[in-house]
Amino acid sequence: MAPGREETIGVHSDEDVVRVRQVTRQWAVEIGFSLVEQTKIVTAASELARNTLIHGGGGTAQLQEVEGGGRRGLRLTFEDKGPGIADVSQALRDGYTTGSGLGLGLGGARRLSSTFDITSAPGQGTCVRITRWK
Amino acid sequence: MLDGKPPGERIPILKMGEFLLVTIQVEMHDRLVMTLQDELTHQIVQYRARGVLIDISALEIVDSFIGRALGNIANMARILDAETVVVGMRPAVAITLVELGLNLEGVRTALNAEKGMALIRRRLGQTGKLDGAGA
Repeated sequence: MAPGREETIGVHSDEDVVRVRQVTRQWAVEIGFSLVEQTKIVTAASELARNTLIHGGGGTAQLQEVEGGGRRGLRLTFEDKGPGIADVSQALRDGYTTGSGLGLGLGGARRLSSTFDITSAPGQGTCVRITRWK
Repeated sequence: MLDGKPPGERIPILKMGEFLLVTIQVEMHDRLVMTLQDELTHQIVQYRARGVLIDISALEIVDSFIGRALGNIANMARILDAETVVVGMRPAVAITLVELGLNLEGVRTALNAEKGMALIRRRLGQTGKLDGAGA
């Protein structure tokens, strides 16, 4: 395991969402995250992978080990070519949902991460990138 | 399993007297969560169950989907006159749930199965006493 290592997982089914959780857990353990940190990043990964599947119509999850300021971290990037999000700030608000969920996915994933970036526009798909530093 | 679903596609529900017991020991993908929710609701009615105990001690995460399903189960059970208690949540899961913003409203919890069962019995017992006093 070295900084820069990457792995990409296709997200096209419920089972893929589970696989994203499992691989994220494995990487978080290898990077040396505490149990609580592991649980937080895996939970964030689960929320975002589900968004990619349900709202984005499927896509990819990419894991990267990163290093900065002497710290190790795990970066997760979720990309889809779905309908995109017209109002990102609204989508980040707790309780806002277009589906049958609780509307905690994006906002919750942001709270569980050290950094959170989202790029989206109608018709352009969505890319969410989170990093959790050790 | 005899109902045509492939193994691993459902979570066993044990009936013990007036209680239904569920121990989640596999990774919960979303379809499995929905199946559990449906089957539990049916079995509460079918067996006239008064209590439902769900052991999540093997779950490494509870995300918003699983959390919502636990809330739905508890609410549907309550409407069907059954008490639900979720037991065995790992500390790291509890910490993460709070940060996620999920407060599991309406879901009773206990540290372990024994305490959970005591909680259900106590609540059912209290109901009985009140009924008795009113008679």
